[in-house]
Amino acid sequence: MGAVDGFLKYNRELPEVRDPKARVADYEEIYVPFAEEKTNKQAARCMDCGIPFCHNGCPLGNHIPDFNDAVFNKDWETAFKILSSTNNFPEFTGRICPAPCEGSCVLGINKDPVAIELIEKSIAEEAFERGLVKANPPKTRTGKSVAVIGSGPAGLAAATQLNQAGHNVTVFERADQIGGLLRYGIPDFKLEKWTIDRRLKVMEEEGITFKTNANIGVNIPVNELEEKFNAIVLCGGSTVPRDLPLPGRGLKGIHFAMDFLSQQNKRVSKRDNVLVNHQGVDTKADIFATGKNVIVIGGGDTGSDCVGTSNRHKAKSVTQIELLSKPPESRTQLNPWPEWPMTLKTSSSHDEGCERAWAILTKEFIGNDKGELTGLRLVDINWGKNGMEEVPGTDRVIPCELALLAAGFVHPQKEGMIEQLGLELDERGNVKAENYATSKSGVFTAGDMRRGQSLVVWAISEGREAARAVDEFLEGASKLPSKSKSFYQLA
Amino acid sequence: MVNKGLYTKELEHDSCGVGCVADINNKESHKNVKDALTMLKNMEHRGATGSDENTGDGAGILAQIPHTFFKKELENFGITLPAKGSYGVGMIFFPKNYQVREKCRQVFNKCLKDLGLNLIGYRLVPVDSQVPGHESKAAEPYVEQIFIGINEKLTEEELERKLFVLSNYATHEIKNQVEGQNGDFYVCSLSAHTVIYKGQLKTDQLEDYYHDLTNKEFKSVFAIVHSRFSTNTFPNWKLAQPFRYLAHNGEINTIRGNVNKMKSKEANMSSPLFTEKELQWLLPVTDPANSDSANLDALIELLVLGGRSLPHVMMMLVPEAWQDNSQMEVMKKAFYKYHAAIMEPWDGPAALFFTNGKQLGATLDRNGLRPVRYCVTKDNRLIMASETGAIPVKPENVLENGRLQPGKMLWLDLPNKKLFYDEEIKNEVVKDKPYFDWIKKERVKLRLLPDPEIKEEKIEKELLRKQLKAYGYTQEDVKLTVGPLAELGKEPLGSMGADAPLAVLSRQSQHISNYFKQFFAQVSNPPIDPIRERLVMSLYTRVGESLNILDESALHTKQIHISQPVLSRADFQKLISQKEIGFDYGSIDGTYDPSEINLKGALDRVCAEAQAEVEKGKKILVLSNRNISETRVPIPSLLTIGAVHQHLVKENIRTKTGLIAESGDIWETHHFATAVGYGVSAVYPFKAYDCIADLYADGKLDQGTSLNTYYENFAHGIGSGLLKILSKMGISTLQSYQSAQIFECVGLGSEVVNKCFKGTVSRLDGLTFEDLEKECLIKHASGFDTDNKLLEVGGFFQWKRNGEAHLLNPETIHLLQKSTSLGDYQLFKKYAESVHSYQDSTITLRSLFDFKKRTSVPLEEVEPASSIMKRFATGAMSFGSISHEAHSTLAIAMNRIGGKSNSGEGGEDEIRFAKKPNGDWERSSIKQVASGRFGVTSNYLKEATELQIKIAQGAKPGEGGQLPGHKVDEWIAKVRHSTPGVGLISPPPHHDIYSIEDLKQLIYDLKNANRHARINVKLVSEAGVGTIASGVAKAKADVILISGADGGTGASPLSSIRHAGLPWEIGLAEAHQTLLRNNLRSRVVLQTDGKLMTGRDVAIAALLGAEEFGFSTTALIVEGCIMMRKCHLNTCPVGIATQKPELRKLFTGNPDHVVNFFTFITEQLREVMAELGFRTINEMVGQSNVLKVRSDLDHWKLKNIDFSPILHQESVPASFGKHHQIDQDHGLEKVLDRKLIRDYLNKGENNKTYKIINIDRSVGAMLSHEVSKAYGSAGLKMSPIKIGFTGSAGQSFGAFLAPGIEFCLEGESNDYLGKGLSGGKIVVKVPQKATFKPEKNIIIGNVAFYGATSGKAYIHGNAGERFCVRNSGVEAVVEGVGDHGCEYMTGGKVIILGETGKNFAAGMSGGIAYVLDTDESFRDKVNMEMVGLEQPGSNDINYLKEEIAAHVANTGSQHAANILDDWDHMQQYFVKVMPHDLKRVLEENKIQEKVA
Repeated sequence: MGAVDGFLKYNRELPEVRDPKARVADYEEIYVPFAEEKTNKQAARCMDCGIPFCHNGCPLGNHIPDFNDAVFNKDWETAFKILSSTNNFPEFTGRICPAPCEGSCVLGINKDPVAIELIEKSIAEEAFERGLVKANPPKTRTGKSVAVIGSGPAGLAAATQLNQAGHNVTVFERADQIGGLLRYGIPDFKLEKWTIDRRLKVMEEEGITFKTNANIGVNIPVNELEEKFNAIVLCGGSTVPRDLPLPGRGLKGIHFAMDFLSQQNKRVSKRDNVLVNHQGVDTKADIFATGKNVIVIGGGDTGSDCVGTSNRHKAKSVTQIELLSKPPESRTQLNPWPEWPMTLKTSSSHDEGCERAWAILTKEFIGNDKGELTGLRLVDINWGKNGMEEVPGTDRVIPCELALLAAGFVHPQKEGMIEQLGLELDERGNVKAENYATSKSGVFTAGDMRRGQSLVVWAISEGREAARAVDEFLEGASKLPSKSKSFYQLA
Repeated sequence: MVNKGLYTKELEHDSCGVGCVADINNKESHKNVKDALTMLKNMEHRGATGSDENTGDGAGILAQIPHTFFKKELENFGITLPAKGSYGVGMIFFPKNYQVREKCRQVFNKCLKDLGLNLIGYRLVPVDSQVPGHESKAAEPYVEQIFIGINEKLTEEELERKLFVLSNYATHEIKNQVEGQNGDFYVCSLSAHTVIYKGQLKTDQLEDYYHDLTNKEFKSVFAIVHSRFSTNTFPNWKLAQPFRYLAHNGEINTIRGNVNKMKSKEANMSSPLFTEKELQWLLPVTDPANSDSANLDALIELLVLGGRSLPHVMMMLVPEAWQDNSQMEVMKKAFYKYHAAIMEPWDGPAALFFTNGKQLGATLDRNGLRPVRYCVTKDNRLIMASETGAIPVKPENVLENGRLQPGKMLWLDLPNKKLFYDEEIKNEVVKDKPYFDWIKKERVKLRLLPDPEIKEEKIEKELLRKQLKAYGYTQEDVKLTVGPLAELGKEPLGSMGADAPLAVLSRQSQHISNYFKQFFAQVSNPPIDPIRERLVMSLYTRVGESLNILDESALHTKQIHISQPVLSRADFQKLISQKEIGFDYGSIDGTYDPSEINLKGALDRVCAEAQAEVEKGKKILVLSNRNISETRVPIPSLLTIGAVHQHLVKENIRTKTGLIAESGDIWETHHFATAVGYGVSAVYPFKAYDCIADLYADGKLDQGTSLNTYYENFAHGIGSGLLKILSKMGISTLQSYQSAQIFECVGLGSEVVNKCFKGTVSRLDGLTFEDLEKECLIKHASGFDTDNKLLEVGGFFQWKRNGEAHLLNPETIHLLQKSTSLGDYQLFKKYAESVHSYQDSTITLRSLFDFKKRTSVPLEEVEPASSIMKRFATGAMSFGSISHEAHSTLAIAMNRIGGKSNSGEGGEDEIRFAKKPNGDWERSSIKQVASGRFGVTSNYLKEATELQIKIAQGAKPGEGGQLPGHKVDEWIAKVRHSTPGVGLISPPPHHDIYSIEDLKQLIYDLKNANRHARINVKLVSEAGVGTIASGVAKAKADVILISGADGGTGASPLSSIRHAGLPWEIGLAEAHQTLLRNNLRSRVVLQTDGKLMTGRDVAIAALLGAEEFGFSTTALIVEGCIMMRKCHLNTCPVGIATQKPELRKLFTGNPDHVVNFFTFITEQLREVMAELGFRTINEMVGQSNVLKVRSDLDHWKLKNIDFSPILHQESVPASFGKHHQIDQDHGLEKVLDRKLIRDYLNKGENNKTYKIINIDRSVGAMLSHEVSKAYGSAGLKMSPIKIGFTGSAGQSFGAFLAPGIEFCLEGESNDYLGKGLSGGKIVVKVPQKATFKPEKNIIIGNVAFYGATSGKAYIHGNAGERFCVRNSGVEAVVEGVGDHGCEYMTGGKVIILGETGKNFAAGMSGGIAYVLDTDESFRDKVNMEMVGLEQPGSNDINYLKEEIAAHVANTGSQHAANILDDWDHMQQYFVKVMPHDLKRVLEENKIQEKVA
């Protein structure tokens, strides 16, 4: 390692962000460019720990100290070689990953952790800029074919890996564009969509076929797929959102977050059929926050994406409420390092203007006689030993014309493909699998569809590991890498 | 005895006292014999007894045949002996069993006739069988003497030669023909000149047992005596010494290689002095089953009777350090050079006394690690022994008092009545033959041959990556080994211990060398410092044929000499292009196509090809695995090397050729060591060079220099690493290390060991060739069958998800920290589960064991936690390696639970000795005494409940340590008694422990210094540690700690962390089994440590024999350690292993958490105890039958492992205690100090004088303890006392002498004078009656003032080697010193008014020395690595004058008085020796003062 005491010399520093007031006028990335020298210094803070907890904390098993060292030495080529050996899409994770690696960074015990995500993004962008990201089609083809259903990060990762192994891969997507949640769920100010197109181009050059508007079980029969392909990998995501079946749920002005976000993403990309959502379903009407009192129900990342988008719509007010209590500002004894810090997180969207409230239960949607939403009845709650209790006398109604439900996703959609394939589900309603193989031979699953809603980084990991399982199924043994296995591993 | 446990007979050691008395005038007398026996008795303390205090380890005497005595004796039987010298006498141990005995006799008589000799008769030797102890008696032989006459006319030499043949011939024949206990037959001596009386006796039993010895008629001109200290007590009379030509104090470390090579050499032998028949009868003379000394003796006898003179033979077998000695005389160097082609050194610490019956001599090995003192008297006697004073000599009768110096010889030619000193005798010998001319004519030196042009061939990157993977390189290897070696020319450092599986337990394909563990010296012989004592070491090697050793000719030296074993590209080219000058080579392809043949078949093919090439006359064989491809797999080089070497040995043609490896899979020091250790002379590591070239091309190496320099750096780094590996075993030369097999292997099956590594101690059986082949193929497939762009990660030193498994991983560390900080026992159990279930759970041996079902008992009936926790200790981590906060937190916690924390090596601040107001106590109960002796004072020793002698450390056994100057801040410097900013070196050996009897002495010293403290000896697990432990128990340790090799370190070369030592399970089981066999188990507490992590671990340790348990790494983790492994960099981010104030502030450790940890461990342990039905730990100790091997282990790698030796239960009599029950008897009741305490402290007397002899040892230590107890570290400064002594003081005179105590000895002293001097004053002066010149004679022994911290000393005469070694504060005046003076000194001032030996000031980082250098010879003797020489300034001159005047006042030295008389003239001859480090610090301080 180059810098033995970099962590004693330099503090954590991230790129500056554009002024919140200015940036809400557009949907472009909020960060301003960061000098290479600064990135090198950030990399110098890495201590190359005897046990790199970051590498353990990363669902992909990224070899973080190794690429940090390369970045410190300005050896971007090596850095990219290391990073891309475990991560197919660092340009995505470098932008939108909540960075569990940083949560487990050893330096984080008593200082600010190493800016790993920044370094990751820098490596990815340098690599593209230097032409290091090149189509690398397999030298030989196995003659076998694999269908990947779903083009979110899990599907794309699985497709890339399986193609590398020499299989002919076709990716099926029921929406009109490739990318899944990357494309439809994450706003451009967090992930500009050209980054996805740039990656897809490379994948296509490598020989992967993409089919959009291809809804398996709907416009493509399941048996057709089974006949044509030697293996199928289901990466359809966890798409059924958690609903709030309260009085007044039928009022106009109550929407699932994904419908709201998907529309706006398509508008930014200047697509024509804006109302057709990420599931290929027509949402019928435009959803705008402009001039409205917006309440986002759900305190997670999707919720904050709704906050950022609402502000860009110029909403009258934006409020985000959360059922659970307000997290502490810093770690508690019960949540020590290197666990994921269950602390208060303030996203860039929050900085752009938003009320936040915690420990609040929504009791009722209130509307006017036009059937339009006008307000929400809320009550404060206390979390005790026996769960939650309402705080007497806090019942109130607050004005709201647009309520966005961002309370997570419960499981994948069962009707259609899953039912037709006759797959077993687990107790949470996800597709049941052992080493990514479903109850049906030749059918595999990965990503949220298997593990339930999770992070993009987990989806990529699932896609990679599932690809190896598929390859083993097809070839008897796999030459694809796995995050926790070495090729020197003795069977 | 069929052996089912871990004890290995071949690993026994012994050590001793040795001496002789001779009349230089060649007059025989009984007095000579009697005096020798007195001398023997006065060295009883150098021997030992076992559990039976009347059974000694062995004693014996060699004398000339007492012709008159025998003549009379035989006349009683009507036999008339022929004339003196014309008959032979054999001293024979016959088997007790009558039938077997008579059978032996028949065979012997027949052999005698075959040789044309004639039986005169047998004499039953009169003995008193009541004398030996009961254990010895059980093995007592039937002792007879045989008298043999001659038929034809024979010269004395011819007769002696025939007797030699007879002795071997008869022994071989009896072994082959006689059934029953034929092994009890043994010829002690069979000679026309000498006779040997010996047995498994104590020194004072010898003359009581053999009545002959007390008979006044028993006369001899000289006698040699020997007292043995063995590491075991299994009765064996044969091992007693002297042997026929030799009495030996020491060890031959290279014995395996020496004996292996002898096999081929014997096959080559011929001599006009022996008929072919005789040679046949004679050979083999050496035998791997015999002891090292016995083999050396046999070879000496062969070579002497084969025509060389005895001094010649000794010079040939045990050469001086000549290789890098520029001062050595040319002819002598040529002699050594020449003989190096015939015989590799029998290397090891040795004091050797030898005789042919008419002449006798003594010599020391090149290191001089055993003491020999001699006295020549005015009445013409030579008295020479391990100690001086063993026979009192009146001062006025002394002509000369001297000592043998390293590599030097003394030779007494009795018929000519002349004593030869080293140069005199050697100058005679080296003129025997024209060695110089022969070398000039025939020898080829590789480096001097013209360099060929080398073209770097460019290897395509992708192909290189494939090849590297197929050979087994990982990213870690490149990052941590190859890269740093190329860049820095040295092995990189690391820290903390190994926590990854043994190779055999690993699920990652392993490098074959990983199955081998380096041996290291502990207790029975010392490691060497390969840096500071580089002058005795050599890396030179050679290839070519070795010719008949019984002959000498020019052609014997026709070999290619290579200066070091890592061949460059040019070296290799040169080596294979010397056909014209007679060195044709053959190359053997070490790769194979697995579709055609399997690995074993490939090795057979390789061996057959090798044999064919040798038979074609090839002088060099290149074993190459270069030829790899998609289809050809490399055979691991080490397998090829081992198989070919063993095959050629078996075919008796090994010495006809030299082996060279051209290897793709050799890149780290350990790989080179194994390759050389199993047979090659040198290695061409071409793939490592390719790897370096690739790094270079990528700009990964600092581009300051040429590619070739990086290659050279690599070779240099490997060379230094090899020296370190040799030195940790105490071996000096690569030549004798080659094929000496100084390894044990773990997990290789007998099939593999027998074919490739025959004779290697193999633990646990294990892998077959088929298994090894799987490991090869997977690497090959990874290289040629995947297209991953990176090498595999490795992950041994840094945890990686896809790397090697680790006990300490993110999950276990997290759970341990969280559970102990929350005090959550349920979570702790999860942690324990995680430890035991991680990645298939075969990281440790213990993880493979399970408990058998037994009747359980209720938890309440199990002994309470409070009593169990007393058995816990934390490990030795020094203040310096870790911060004060981290150190004292552990101490507080351990004191709270009644356990013990350990000071580590580095002293302890006295502020920690007092309890805090809240009841907490920062005092470490265990005070460590390590080789650096930092801060080891009388007061420190007093503040201990236990004193731990660190012999070795798990992470780097056999190595020393270094605390760089930047880590030595004010505080640490104060505690360590050194100067802030000045670096501190801990030497590899304790300079007062070169052997087991030395350890016994140190234990005695410490016991005197604090008789209330237990003495703990810390050993590291390795094959033979059980035997060592027995020796240590006999040396009277109270506690023996068997430390696992995976213990941690603050800094160590990476390869040491990985490749030396074994896990504790094996060592502990071996120690327990061996101690039990010897009935010594009940005498000692057995402790273990090395990554103990859970209550289950502790339970298994108890069942394998431990009753106390140590924790270090886990305790640190509880304090916040997260295994950064950066301790050596001072950058620990959690404030533990750092001294930086800003980092120390980040420390968050808490004694409560540590207490929680130990509470949880205890709880878990108690649960296991309840489950297994054990109410107490004592019941549990050693009950290994409660353990079984897990039944769910289905991995193919584990299927052939045999754990039964670990789980073996020794069957011993019920009376043998199985845990600690009996306290050691340290024999402190009668020490002289009791008298001193009574007279001085109780009665308040002063200025008394006492008589002293060499058995009065450690005088002053106990007195000082009493003073420290009463007055603390200030001692008696306010009311000093003076004590006089006359005579010869025993070892450690004035040890740890406290302030205010003044010793004045009139006479002389033995080794370790003023050891650990703690402020007292010591004067040693020559008696007034003496007439010899003090400044030319020796007055004190070796290693004086070792680790002394303060005080004064005036020595009226010369000191031995290593005067003031590791001195950090004493001011001393002496009139001359031996080699290695002021070594590792860190403080104090030394004035030397005369000559010094070689290597002065090696490793000296502090303190000042002044040397009177009247003939300007001093400069050449200084090791200039760390010091500079200056002209003393005016302050210095004043100091010198003052001190020399004090010297005169204290000692009456005429020499010093003369200097003062001529001061104006003499002062110019003083040279000041100034350490660079100290000078820098002083200058910095000056600058700071100025600024202030």
